[in-house]
Amino acid sequence: MASTAQNFMKLFRGSSRGTEAAPPVPQKLTRRSSGLGELARLWDSETPLCVLDLGSTSAANIRFFTERGHKIYSEDLLVASTEPGLVTKDEEGKVVLDSRQFLADNLQYPAAHFDVVLCWNLADYLDESLVRPVMGRLWSVLKPGGVLLAFFHTKDAGPDSPCFRFHIVGKDMLETQRIVLKRETRRGPTGAIHTAVSDGFRLQRVFNNRHIETLFRDFASIKFFLARDNVREVLVVR
Amino acid sequence: MSAPLSVDLAQIGRSVVIKGELSGSEDLYVDGQVEGSIGLKNNSLTVGPNGQVKASVESKVIIVQGKLEGNVLASDRVELRKTAVVTGDITTQRISIEEGAYLKGKVDIQGKTDKAAGK
Repeated sequence: MASTAQNFMKLFRGSSRGTEAAPPVPQKLTRRSSGLGELARLWDSETPLCVLDLGSTSAANIRFFTERGHKIYSEDLLVASTEPGLVTKDEEGKVVLDSRQFLADNLQYPAAHFDVVLCWNLADYLDESLVRPVMGRLWSVLKPGGVLLAFFHTKDAGPDSPCFRFHIVGKDMLETQRIVLKRETRRGPTGAIHTAVSDGFRLQRVFNNRHIETLFRDFASIKFFLARDNVREVLVVR
Repeated sequence: MSAPLSVDLAQIGRSVVIKGELSGSEDLYVDGQVEGSIGLKNNSLTVGPNGQVKASVESKVIIVQGKLEGNVLASDRVELRKTAVVTGDITTQRISIEEGAYLKGKVDIQGKTDKAAGK
């Protein structure tokens, strides 16, 4: 009897030990990006651009920009935000992340340094205490006239929307790949192993249009593109 | 993972800690800790999976499996393996990055003509 029950549970848990299948490879999907397409005219610039990619380290993105003679900076802020040393308490005793320390450790660039910042879906998954300070820093490291591309889920996406990494595969084409954090890939810049996250980053909030406008209120202009996959793409210009 | 075998290969084992300037004319495999600078202009540097290098590095080929903190200048190529954690700017002719590698820094691809012109 016990074996019948165990076999029944295996349907949900997967195969038993000894016949374990290899871990699933994160599925890659290709999608069109209107926001990225809007930036395409910049990539042909004769003058080398400075591009900051805030997503997971992507060989495709590095290749895309370096092939065109541009300089790319890579900094995975979501992984950096899992650094255990950032955890502190605010005046009310609530557990927050230390935004001052975070900005002392990350996004250390001269003012007005970048032509383009690829923010991807950072704001949706970043801890609440870091969102505004990070956007403030991004404003200052962007050149006047520089552009920031960000993605935001709509409420229809649901609270369990997985976090993706984005690979540029064409001027307006992205390959999206679900982030599955393995133990060895959870090492932050200090080499610490993070155990706070189980299999990925969780959606922290859903911004509506007004929230997004407020978030980028210091920028000169904002443009929205609604995609089919419950994602709003936003281009803001400093 | 064992170190790659080569006729002219120096190895720094995982229990070894070195502070200072390292230079040479043979390939180097670091699985321990090095702090300072590493100069192997015509050879390769491999940072093994247990390696922790906190140094500016100049080499022909640089392969990273462990942790490297510092600016990197490779006259030929840089390879970041899936377990690599690199913090620093990379200047090279070619770069390959495996999925899972972590990079915090700038990537600057320079052709031979760029270097000759001193760009």
